[in-house]
Amino acid sequence: MAAISREEVAHLARLSRLAVTEEELDRFAGQLDVILQSVARVGEVAAEDIPPTSHSVPLTNVYREDVPTTSLTQDAALSGAPDAYESRFRVPRILDEED
Amino acid sequence: MTDLTRLSASDLAKLISTGEVSAVEVATAHLDRIAAVDDRVHAFLHVDRAGALEAAAAVDRGEITGPLAGVPIAVKDVVTTKGVPTTAASKILEGWKPPYDATIVERLKKAGMPILGKTNMDEFAMGSSTEYSAYGPTNNPWDLGRIPGGSGGGSAAALAAYEAPLAIGTDTGGSIRQPGAVTGTVGAKPTYGGTSRYGLIAFSSSLDTPGPCARTVEDTALLHAVIAGHDPRDSTSIPQPVPDVVAAARLGATGDLTGVRLGIVKEFAGDGSEPGVTAAFQESLQKLVKLGAEVVEVSCPHFEYALPAYYLIAPSECSSNLARFDGVRYGLRAGDDGNRSLEEVMSLTREAGFGPEVKRRIIIGTYALSSGYYDAYYGQAQKVRTLITRDFQSAFEKVDVLVSPTTPFVAFPFGSRTSDPYQMYLADLFTIPTNLYGGPAISVPCGLSEGLPVGFQIMAPTLADDRMYRVAAALESAVGTFTPPAL
Amino acid sequence: MSYEEILTRYEPVIGLETHVELGTATKMFCGCKTDFGAEPNTQVCPVCLALPGALPVMNRAAIEATIRIGLALNCDIAEWCRMARKNYFYPDMPKNFQTSQYDEPLCVDGYVDVEVDGVTHRIGIERVHIEEDTGKTLHVGGATGRIHGATESLVDYNRAGIPLVEIVTKPVPGLGGLAPEIAKAYVAELRDIIRSLGVSDVRMEQGSMRCDVNTSLNRPGEEWGTRTETKNVNSLRSVERAVRSEIIRQSGILDGGGKIHQETRHFHEDRGDTSPGRSKETATDYRYFPEPDLVPIAPDAAWVASLKAALPEKPSTRRARLREEWGISELDMQSVANAGAVEIIEETIAAGASPAGARKWWMGELARRANELNIELAAVGATPAQVAALQKLVDEGKLNDKLARTVLEGVVAGEGDPAEVMAARGLEVVNDTGALTAAVDEAIAANPDIAAKIRDGKIAAAGALVGAVMKTTRGQADAKTVRELLLERLGVS
Ligand SMILES: [Mg+2]
Ligand SMILES: [Zn+2]
Repeated sequence: MAAISREEVAHLARLSRLAVTEEELDRFAGQLDVILQSVARVGEVAAEDIPPTSHSVPLTNVYREDVPTTSLTQDAALSGAPDAYESRFRVPRILDEED
Repeated sequence: MTDLTRLSASDLAKLISTGEVSAVEVATAHLDRIAAVDDRVHAFLHVDRAGALEAAAAVDRGEITGPLAGVPIAVKDVVTTKGVPTTAASKILEGWKPPYDATIVERLKKAGMPILGKTNMDEFAMGSSTEYSAYGPTNNPWDLGRIPGGSGGGSAAALAAYEAPLAIGTDTGGSIRQPGAVTGTVGAKPTYGGTSRYGLIAFSSSLDTPGPCARTVEDTALLHAVIAGHDPRDSTSIPQPVPDVVAAARLGATGDLTGVRLGIVKEFAGDGSEPGVTAAFQESLQKLVKLGAEVVEVSCPHFEYALPAYYLIAPSECSSNLARFDGVRYGLRAGDDGNRSLEEVMSLTREAGFGPEVKRRIIIGTYALSSGYYDAYYGQAQKVRTLITRDFQSAFEKVDVLVSPTTPFVAFPFGSRTSDPYQMYLADLFTIPTNLYGGPAISVPCGLSEGLPVGFQIMAPTLADDRMYRVAAALESAVGTFTPPAL
Repeated sequence: MSYEEILTRYEPVIGLETHVELGTATKMFCGCKTDFGAEPNTQVCPVCLALPGALPVMNRAAIEATIRIGLALNCDIAEWCRMARKNYFYPDMPKNFQTSQYDEPLCVDGYVDVEVDGVTHRIGIERVHIEEDTGKTLHVGGATGRIHGATESLVDYNRAGIPLVEIVTKPVPGLGGLAPEIAKAYVAELRDIIRSLGVSDVRMEQGSMRCDVNTSLNRPGEEWGTRTETKNVNSLRSVERAVRSEIIRQSGILDGGGKIHQETRHFHEDRGDTSPGRSKETATDYRYFPEPDLVPIAPDAAWVASLKAALPEKPSTRRARLREEWGISELDMQSVANAGAVEIIEETIAAGASPAGARKWWMGELARRANELNIELAAVGATPAQVAALQKLVDEGKLNDKLARTVLEGVVAGEGDPAEVMAARGLEVVNDTGALTAAVDEAIAANPDIAAKIRDGKIAAAGALVGAVMKTTRGQADAKTVRELLLERLGVS
């Protein structure tokens, strides 16, 4: 059984903001299926009572003091912008609803 | 006169500090070598001739001193360099000039090390062959028709081609060690948190580790000492002194490993390594025994799940880390014709800017983090990570270090593993467990198989980076170094 | 159908999510300043612009403020918790994920007691967590500056990354028709508590406190209904109106046999009702996971205990105490609290003013000015000591009410303390009888007809002459004294 369908890949691509082509969808669906079937092997491990590891260093409470540091200049901040106007980053119209 | 590009970093540093050669001469020799051979090797995405010479001149003026002052270095293009293009080998960052330096770059500059340029890699460090660079592959100096490993193929190839004596790499699943192995160079992944990630363009935050690459173990240790140490800008940076890796390497070079216990992992045996790789590894192991080391077989029963766990954790984190590349604040913007919505433009930008391997991993990661699948995939992978860590911990109760081949196969020809992504993933079979655990590991050349280099991996407990350097230097003293055919 | 009638057939359940921008000097994960109103994109750095390679480091003061809020809301403080990434694409969020908290909030399970009409209602607090704010987007090309119809948008990331505390109540059933008022009273109480901690200026009109209101209806004895979430309700009054309008709207749909859709709705200040926003069925999956770039938060028990011991007096306790001391009504006390004037009046009294005097100036002239300029009372330009000194001058008879206002104007304009303004502007009540007598005699001489009328017993006509004297003395005379003197000179006293 396929772990992942073409439609599912299309949905995930939308969620990931990737305008994949039809050709890519076909190719990815097959490849991702192989990959997912392989990685699904993690499920074979009995690990109900095992705590997950999110960080490999056993550090806690790493903070900075509430003291201002130098920010970028406005020019430096905007230097990489594909489009800017009146010192702001310009973007095309945003769809009415957030997704 | 000596060819300066053939010298080790440690020798170059001595010559510069005694005034026998100038730092500018050393930088020029390497820049000239790059100009002469890099059209064939393609280790560099960007060469900063002016910047390197300026930094070298400052050393010559006596403004900066230090153990590696004046020794030039190549930096993987995933590390930010202020005002110098940084692309992570992706179209989406083509032409981007960061307004800031990574912490490790700051440290290189403070140490007086001229930065020659930025090296090629798999896009966003995702790959094991550098074939996934958006700017074309790097060719292995041992055989230009073969891969130089990845993702840090550019850094490793630059060393093997004598374009640079030192290089910076980053290791998420083996991206320093595996390229080191297939190019006959040395590469170390420090303990996670031992080197700062600030300014390293994130692939998988909980795994990414910058580290040193060189042609000798001592050079690797010298560079390690320059870049390692606590950085308050990286919350996961370890606030502890760095072990004296240089002293450990020099101790190891004396060739005495009496009483050192080397663990070989039972579960790695019969895992599809090429016979030549296995043979070179076994031979080297015997040489270490002659130096006084003891070999102990240990069991790490969860290592077989390391690859699946890694290929869930790394893509999950990358799907989130790479969300910022959206064509709003920097980098490529595609499809903005004045009519399309931002959502369409973002999707077209990411579609045009990312290569196929990056897209595959983003999609897998998005899938693994989805609410319906989280527990079965990402959550389960993190539990497996705990079990792998426990395997390491119990192994290190019995042995001082674990050893294995670095990668199951020598440099393979271009195109032989790109059609089936999972075949490519197997290149990292032996390197990945360490990334999940967080400990240090190093790859040292140990022999040749069919004329191509084989890497020997030494894995140590977290924070015991010095221990792996000692064994690595001892191995180097026993097997010698390996020189690729002339280009 | 009347609101009261609806409540005989439906029971509302409400819930509130409140976001409070902390008043830290720097952002949550970087050292950029948080000054309001700075030039666009001048308080940004690699971290808060999400440049490739940049990494976050948590602001200790923000964690401390969150713990203090949690303690003030009677919450348990987690011994160990993590930040999480909330993944979704939006241009005002530079990383395209929000660094927030998910299933491990810093503070859990507290409550706030809210008093309405003499009855105390306990509102349960589900969680208090720390996260970061987004940038600000300007929509251009549309008719109204709104996103709808805009042709493009402009983004300023100065606000991106400012620490934001989210306070979520448990669902609150059983309030009946009082639900709108209690919702409002809860938000007011929350605001007072947070203000008393000094961790935020909690100004709803400036957006440093923002509310989302959940509302559902069910028939008595039945399960809770489907809830709607009304977004960004930006004043206390709107909280009440938003709940009321949702109750009315939902009851209309249920009465007609319809179903309530789980959706977000937008409250319209002008119309007093809500319109549909995003539907939850199509909502994105946020793919939360523990933030790998930050290490866990594990507050030390001794630290938490010391923060708890140092909490200020609860605003409700304090208000009751001050109300008693000042001798004012609950209503008056409420308006003082609403104006954010409790502390400043207290300080003015401590500086020597009577409670009535202190309250008069801060709630009158100065509150008006603060409102006009949309600034805090404390920023209005007068200090408690100056206001106390002003009131003292009035009490001593050196200033009358009108002069005192003029002096206050001078104080606010930065001309110095009240005494200095008086001296510089030559403002003082003229009590010197000699000078006054001369002015009165002058007025009598200048208005013989009126003087005659008064002598004939038409005392009411005296007002005109008093006015004339006040005019010649430029308001500095005491009207009562003038009147007495005038009648005396005319021999009718
Ligand atoms: Mg929130
Ligand atoms: Zn910042």
